[in-house]
Parts: sequence; C-alpha cells; structure tokens
Amino acid sequence: MRSLTRKLRASPTESWLLGLLVVISVALSFAAPEYLTFANLFNLLNTSSVNLIFAVGLLVVLISGGIDISFAVAASVVQYVVATILIDAGGGGWVSGVLLAAAVGIALGAVNAIFIYGFGIISIVVTIATFNIFFGLLMFVTHGVSIYALPEWWTHRTVLLSFQQANGLWADLTLPVLIMAIGVAATFVLVRHTTTGRQLYAFGDNPEGARRLGINIAAMHFIPYCWLGMMAGIGGLAQVHYTQEVVPNALIGRELDVLAAVVLGGARLGGGRGSVLGCVLGVFLVSVTQNGLNLLGISPYAFKMIIGAIILVAITLSSEQLTRMLSVRRRTADQHG
Amino acid sequence: MTNGIADDVPAATPPILSLRNVSVTFGGVKALQEVSFEVLPGEVQCIAGENGSGKSTLIKVITGVYRPEPGNDFAVGGKTVDAMTPAQARAAGFQVIWQDLSLFNEMTVAENIAIEAVLGAVPRRVDHAAMRRTATAVLERLGMQLDIDAPLGGFGVAQRQIVAIARALVREARVIFMDEPTSSLTRQETLLLLDIVRTLSESGIAVVFVSHRLAEVLEISTRVTVLRDGHLVGVYPTKDMTQTRLAELMTGKTLNQAVTARDVGDAVPVLSVSGLTRQGEYKDVSFAIHKGETLGLTGLLGAGRTELALSIFGMARPDSGEIAIDGVPVKLRSNRDAIRVGVGYVSEDRLSLGLIQQQSIADNLVVTVLDRILEAGLISPRKQQRLVATWIGNLAIKVGAPDDPVTTLSGGNQQRVAIAKWLATEPKLLILDCPTVGVDVGARAGIFEIVRQLAAEGLAILLISDEVPEVYFNSDRVLHMKSGSIVGEYDPRRVSLAELERAVYA
Amino acid sequence: MVEAVPGLRSKRRRASGLAGLAAAVGPEAIGLAVALIAVIAIFSVFSPRFLTRATFDSAAFQLPELGLLTLAMLMPIISGGLNLSVTFTANICGLTLAWVFHAYGGMDAGPMVFLVGSLAALCVGAATGLVMGMVIAFTGAHPILVSLSMMIFVRGLGEFLTRGGDISGFPDFIRPIGHGTLLGIPIPMLILIAAFVVWHVMMSRGRLGFGTYMIGSNIEATRYSGVNTKRVLVMIYVLSGVMCGIAGIIMLARFNSVRVGHGEAYLLITVLACFLGGVNPFGGFGRVTSVFLALVILQVLSSGLNLLGANQHLATAMWGILLIAVMVLRWASARFGFFGRGGSGEG
Repeated sequence: MRSLTRKLRASPTESWLLGLLVVISVALSFAAPEYLTFANLFNLLNTSSVNLIFAVGLLVVLISGGIDISFAVAASVVQYVVATILIDAGGGGWVSGVLLAAAVGIALGAVNAIFIYGFGIISIVVTIATFNIFFGLLMFVTHGVSIYALPEWWTHRTVLLSFQQANGLWADLTLPVLIMAIGVAATFVLVRHTTTGRQLYAFGDNPEGARRLGINIAAMHFIPYCWLGMMAGIGGLAQVHYTQEVVPNALIGRELDVLAAVVLGGARLGGGRGSVLGCVLGVFLVSVTQNGLNLLGISPYAFKMIIGAIILVAITLSSEQLTRMLSVRRRTADQHG
Repeated sequence: MTNGIADDVPAATPPILSLRNVSVTFGGVKALQEVSFEVLPGEVQCIAGENGSGKSTLIKVITGVYRPEPGNDFAVGGKTVDAMTPAQARAAGFQVIWQDLSLFNEMTVAENIAIEAVLGAVPRRVDHAAMRRTATAVLERLGMQLDIDAPLGGFGVAQRQIVAIARALVREARVIFMDEPTSSLTRQETLLLLDIVRTLSESGIAVVFVSHRLAEVLEISTRVTVLRDGHLVGVYPTKDMTQTRLAELMTGKTLNQAVTARDVGDAVPVLSVSGLTRQGEYKDVSFAIHKGETLGLTGLLGAGRTELALSIFGMARPDSGEIAIDGVPVKLRSNRDAIRVGVGYVSEDRLSLGLIQQQSIADNLVVTVLDRILEAGLISPRKQQRLVATWIGNLAIKVGAPDDPVTTLSGGNQQRVAIAKWLATEPKLLILDCPTVGVDVGARAGIFEIVRQLAAEGLAILLISDEVPEVYFNSDRVLHMKSGSIVGEYDPRRVSLAELERAVYA
Repeated sequence: MVEAVPGLRSKRRRASGLAGLAAAVGPEAIGLAVALIAVIAIFSVFSPRFLTRATFDSAAFQLPELGLLTLAMLMPIISGGLNLSVTFTANICGLTLAWVFHAYGGMDAGPMVFLVGSLAALCVGAATGLVMGMVIAFTGAHPILVSLSMMIFVRGLGEFLTRGGDISGFPDFIRPIGHGTLLGIPIPMLILIAAFVVWHVMMSRGRLGFGTYMIGSNIEATRYSGVNTKRVLVMIYVLSGVMCGIAGIIMLARFNSVRVGHGEAYLLITVLACFLGGVNPFGGFGRVTSVFLALVILQVLSSGLNLLGANQHLATAMWGILLIAVMVLRWASARFGFFGRGGSGEG
C-alpha cells in the first residue's frame, strides 16, 4: 500500500487523470444509467482498442522527444497492402497478417526515422511531409476505392467474452481488445523494464547527455518510429476487423485524437516524460467523454470541440512554468543559518 | 590530512595518472606542447589556465577523445600505455563531470546515479530494485541523503552535482574531473561539496578541477597545474598562492594594479537600498551608491550577490525593504521598470542571458534601446548604424562587420558588446555581474579601463565579482557579503589586499 | 547546439547597386528567383497553354488564400513556434462572417453588414490568436501542442455549428472581392500584396518584427534585455489570427460558401513556403520577401501541374516530397557549405 501511495505521489498526472475519470464516471452513472452496464463498458473497451494501440506506439515516440502525425495514414497504407497481398496469396491468417502488418508498418516508420536522424530535419516537419506523401500515394493507387472482399479470418467477428445482461442486451468483448492488451503490455515492458526503454527516456530528456554516455543515437531514432509504425500496422488490422472493410481514408484525422489523448496522459513534446498508465488513462478519458456525450444525446459534432478545449486547459494547467511559480525557491530553502 | 592528500598515502605511491611530454596539434595550431601532468591518489588538484591554454585538450587526451603525438609518456597506475581510448579511460576510472552535468531531469535520482545499469546496445531487463540499492549505497558512502525516488528536476544545482559525483563513483571513478564546479553554488553548498571531495579523497579517489576562476582554484585545491598557451608553466601548492600571483602565472604578465578608490560626493545617492530581504537569498541588505562611485560587492562563491542584483534590476521582487533611485522609492515590477528608472544589468551569463549569440552584433547592441532608433514609428537603419558605430568606437570593440553574429567575437569583445548595449540606455546605475568571466585575464584590464572611464563620467556602478583583487583595485568601496548579509565594508585606501582577502576567506 | 551560422547576414544592410539589392533581399532570393524562372520555363515547354493570361489569372486568384495563410504561419515560426491551426481558424472566421450575413438579411444584406461581419471575423481570428499567445507566453507550453489543441477545438466548433455542411447564401456584391479585378489585377491579389508589404515593413523595420527575431533565437536573453516578451508573443499569435481572418473572408468571397475543412491541404504548403523561403525551422531568421518568392514558385508549380492534368492525389504526395527535398537541400548546404539555398541551416 505504501509503495502504491508513493507511486501515486510521484506521478501527479496519473493521479489526476484517475481521479478525473472516476469523477466523470460517477457523474455519468447518474446522468445516464446505461453507462455503468457491462454492455456499454465492453463497448467502450472495444471502440477504444484501436486508438489505444496507436497511442502506446505514439507514446514511445513522444518519450524519445519526437512527434509523428503520419501514423494514421501509415495504418491505412498497411491495411491496404496487407489486404492486397493476402487476398492474392490466398487468404493467410492472423499470424501472417500480423507479421506482414508489423513489417510494413516498421518500414514506414523507418522512412520517418531516416529523414529525422539522417538529415536532422525536425520530426513535425518530416511527418507532415510523410503524411502527405503516404496519403497522396495511397489515394492515387486505390482511387479511393474500398476493399470489401476480405479474408474470412480477418472479418469474422471474434468474441472473447460474451454474456447477456438482465435487460436483454448482449455485452461482448471482441478480439481487438486482446490485441490492444498485448500491445499495451509489450509497450509497458519496453519503456519500463528494458534498458532500451530507459535509454529512450534519457535520450528524450537530454540528448547530449545521452550521447556522452555512449547511447546509440541512431537506435534512439529508429526504435521509436519503427515501434509506432508496427503499432500503427497492427492497429490498422484491428480496425479492419471492426469495420469489415478497408477504406483508404477512414483513419485520417485519428492521429490528432490519439496525440491529444497521449498528451493528456502526461507525455509531452519535449521528451523524457510519459507512462503507459497515463496513456491508457488519457485514451479512456477521451473515450468516456465521447461515450458520455453520446449517451446524453449531445451532438457528436460537439465532441471534437470539447476535446480541444479540454486539452488546451490541461496543458495550461500542467505547464512547468505554472508549477515552477508555485514551488519557488526550493533550492535555497534553509540555506542560511 | 595534509595538503588535501590523505595522510596514509606514502610519498612514493605511484600516481594514478602520469603524462610526460604530451603534445597535440590541430590543423597547424599546437594545442598542447610537451605538457607533463600527474595525479596522485586521493589528491585534490586544479588545472588552471585561460581560454585556449589547453585545459580541455588535456582532459580530452586523458579521457581518450584525442590522441597525442608519439613521443610522449602516458602511464596509468605505474604502467605505461601507448595512448588512451575512451573505453580504456573508462576502465582506468577517469570520469569527467561536465559543467552542465549531463543528468536527466525527468528520471529519478536513483536512476541517474545508477544509469550505468541501463546502458548497452543489447536490450536487457532493468532491475529497478538493484538500481535503488546501488544509489542508496553510494550516497551513504558520500555521507549524503537524498530522496532517491524523486525526479531529479526538482533539485538544485548542489544536489545535482552530488548526483553527478555519485554517478561517477558508481562508474568506478578513480579520478574525477570537474569543470568549474562551484560557479552556481552558495557558500553552504560549496562547503558541502568540499566535504564530499574530502570523503572521496580519503578513499583514494583523486578530484581534479578545471578552472580559470581564481577564487575557486585557491579555495578548493591543494595543488595547481598552470597551463598557458599550450605550455606547462608549473605545478604549485595553493597554500601560499595568491590570486594575483596565480593570474600572473596564467597570463605571463605582471599586472600592475593600483588602487583607484577615490572620494565621491555626498549628494543624494543614485541608488539606495534599505532593509532589502528576500527569503532564502539575502537578508536586511542596506547600502547606497553615489554618482560616479564604483561600489564593489564580493564574497565567497555564492552568497546572494546575483540574487540581490536581480532584485535591483526588477527581476526578483524582494519580500521587504526599499529601493530608491535618486532618492525616490521605486516599485519594480519587471526589468522594464528598472530600465526606465535608469538601471542596467550586465549578466554574468553572457552566453545564454547576456547576449543573443546567433544574432548580429548590431542587433544585439540596439535591443535595449529600440525606441531611440525609431523614425516615424519604424526602426531606422541609419540611426541604428550610427548608434552601433558610436558604441563600437567608444568601447573599441574589435568586430569584423557589425552584421556578423555575436558568436564570432572573442569573450572580451563580446563582453564589450554586452556592456555597450546597456550604456546605450544611458543608465544612472550599471550593475556588472562578474564581468570578466570567460574573458582572458589579459583582456580584463581593457574592460576595467572602460569601467573607470564610465565612473569618471558620472555613472554609478555596482561591481560584483568573486575575485577579490578585481573589486579591490577597481572600486571606491568594497562590500563583503556572506550568506546573504553584508558583513563588512572596506576602503581600499585604508586596507591592504591581503587583509581583504583574509577577511573574505576567513 | 547551434554554432556560428556561416554566411549569415542580418536583415538590414547598406550596400549599393545590385549587391545592395541582393543583400537587402537576402542571398536565398537569388536562388529562388532562378528556380522560379526555371520552373516557368519547364512548364512552358511541357504545356503550350502555360504562358497565357488565363493561367496567370487563375494563379493570381488562387495564390492569395495560400499567401495569407502563409503570412499567418510566418511570424510564429520565426518566433520559434508554429501555428497549426491556421486553416481551421480561417474557416471559423469565414463562418463568423457567414453567420452575420445570415442574421442580417442573408442574400439581401447590405454592405454595412459585410463590414460588420468582416470585423467580427477578424475579431474571432484575433481572439484565437490571443488565447494561444497567452497560453504560450504565460505557461511556456509548447506552441505545437497549443496550436494543435486550438486547431482541434476550432475545427470541432466549426463542424458543430455547420453540421459538416456548406454554408452559402451570400449577397452578390461580395463577388468582386473574390473574383473582381482592379486595373487588371485580381482584388484578392491586391489584398495579398498589401498584406505582404505591411508584413515586410513590420518584420524588417518594426519593433514587433525585431522582437520576433530575437525571441526566436533566445527568449530569455531577449527578456533580460528589457523586451516585453510576453506581449510580443501574444501579438505574434493575434496577428496570425487576423491573417487567418482575412484569408477566411477571401475564401468565402471566392467560393461563395464556407465549409469547415476548406483549405485543409494548405497547411503543409504554408510550412513548405516558409522553409523554401529560407526561414529557419528553429526560429530567429527568415525574410518576408524570400517567402513571397517561394510562394510564387509553389503556386506556379500548382497551376502548372493542374494544367498538365496531374492527378490531385499525386500532387499532394509531391508537396510532401518537395518539403523533404527542400529540407534535405538545406541540410546539405549547411553541411557542405554551398550558399544560396537558405543559408541558415542548423545541425
């Protein structure tokens, strides 16, 4: 218990988010009784999965001090490539699907890394460019046409857990949740329990200091963007499982929602900060808010507006200058006897 | 312990490190010429020299970054080696703590100290518990206590330095090189650092400071190796060394310095400060500066002088007390208010606060006086040019072209630009905070000539410096500040430099 | 991290003759002018219809929106930040004007309504800039994040108000603003040129411009020198918002409708125009005149591709490739020291 409180004290952001999530959930459970049902909560998990897979990938990039807004388009490219190749090859299965998706995703991530590391171009500029390159080429090649005839294994609705509630509604937990859990667990192990992950934090925090310690700088660029690429690819697979079709421009715009959630979760643009827990909380906060607005009958158009406002407020409140202003002169306390 | 070397080290103990006749040449420039250097176990030594003397080149040779020319003798622990590679240096226990400390603010203290455990190209599992144990153990060894689970960012410079030293120990240092370690420490913190250094010394670990801050050199080390222009001048015990003699050794010039103190009028003081207090920084400070007077402010490293200066410059509001300009009390809400009432501040940190390094000399010179070079509401290039030419001439600044970026200038010339930009505001009071940091001892005389000229023209000057001779020879009165309070006032005509130094170093 | 920048000259120089002109507009301008001529030449070869009045007209009508948005992007970049919300802010300003129109007569509204609506639109733009500027100045939050969240918010607000649809039904008299000409020059182009002149004067001779450059290089040192950096930052983003407002009004006039998302594709191109025009991605350096040249080059490219019937999606990809190419060239020029291509490269 003591180590838990120690952890919470050391991570104010996560504590805040947890608290906020609890407060909103409690409020919602009164305002919209359907909220606290298994059906709704399972549905929430289902619909958050893809975003969460993307989010943990993006988290690693942010920790290393970079940013990437091309991953959603990259996910679309992966969907299309995997679909095309596997349909040609006669169907494939989850294993070949995941491997292929990971490989293509990693390759796309590597493109970003090459320009960021090799030519010293800042990541926002590179990924704005690759966003447009990937999107333009994708739309050109596909002519905007969706693929409906997908292999059975991909689109067959696989349910992990299912039961019928008292009111007759079914609560189903679907496959993407499992994929998400694996992705989240893998990222957690990477950033918290591997030396590579800790090196990423160090590099994001102080690149020059990391260099002096002999940390491999190329690795510090390639690993994050390739990890995000891999997650993007796998997330794309999961998304197709839901929608049961490959639509080239379905994921466009997701990148900003995911970025917003990850930043809400405590990662920051300067690098060196962020946790998987915070990421998960951030994504759920966004999902719960959207779910709540839905249940309360508020227009879905209002959602983006509210999210944007929340992020603005969140970054204002969590800024360093603000906290610095409040904990001033810590260094010189009790100096002079 | 005598001379900083643990008593149980027999005189004939082989040095941990010994270099003889080391030479390094870069593109035609001899950075080091037949320099010899040695470090004994457990000693506290300083390598002193101006910019360009070869100090950092020497360190880089020792840590394997540079390869010296053949014909040198390089011995580690009594055994000769050909030359060092970074890996060998690391194995030999030579660690450098850079001035920026190379630490990671977002990581915990434990992780910073035990960072060694997470290095390596092959991904391994991280043992957080082991890292915490390592950190606790080494801190105990140093006799220090820190919350190892707190992120490093919340700690001040002194504690961060302790973490850096702890990290060096974990990496099995036998010689720790530190770059100007006391520049941001208060008195208390400096004593703490000295305690730690003593602890290290007693366990046989040598600490070598690299510095050109005379006060620091003398206070901290017991032996000083002086370099000049890539040559070894000599190795001296610091016990009987004075700042003046050290400066002469470093520059090769005998500095003829005469007391310049004079009487100034008793009219209404330009600046008068009474009962100024800011919690944790300075307490109950009162003094006055008159027109044409240069008031020196000195004290041991730290002591609250810069904090006081910033308060007078409007950037750190005091908790209580009064500041008056020309007899009129002023409330300074920002440095713009201070500038408006005639205060200028030449920062100690020329690189990141005093000047905008990448921008041109001309632009740096006018940034404080934009409203004076306007014509019809817009900046007039003609007026700017005139102003720039005037000040380049007045202060004899050696520039290639006014449009060159400030980084192209030498330290001394950069400082002249920094001073000029404040003089352009036609201030009543100019605060000079350690104006000769990073300026070669040889070029300092020029800066003080300017200061004296300004004082003769009626400018009131607050001269802050660590270096006692500097304030002694260039002020009309000297205030001694210690741990946030003014503890003494001296007239250079009535007190000798030696007496003043004794008082300050008591 | 940044060493002395080789070959860098400040914005103001007094030399005479051609050398003086070159110094005044910057070394990169020569390279850009050559590139412009080359691009025009290449397209004229590939398409006989290229060098015609019609092409010039269509380009001259398209350029202003992009140009105004680029001006909105310029100051934030020079100050060391970025404004990712420019396109959607322009949309919301257009929406404001549309709303005023609808509230006061719709298609029968009079010129007075237009004036009031435009003023409202500019105020809305300024307001978004004010919020962003204040958050950035007072909390030190990262401009990318702040402008990103503003973008999400403004976009959401716009979609909420319009339900994702087109808003139209405006009086006829606004048509000339989007489609009319004065002395043969399209009116939007005149507005753009006026804006560029104002920006050029402000950046090269104004106190605000001076402050922007200094802040972009080192905000703390600038603050120590007595510049009110918080006020300058806020003004930078307010002006950015005002530019978005003007862009939004012109877009409304040109298309006679407002749709949230119109001009979304411009974001990349404004960033591209700035970097192509020699603006330093980290801030502190950049000339308005060079950015104008870069804009013209990009517009010519766009018009040329259109004329050649290039696929719109391929064009999108090409913009991305061009952005990377420009940045790689800057890297090469900084690394290997050949000048002319935006000399302020960073390592």
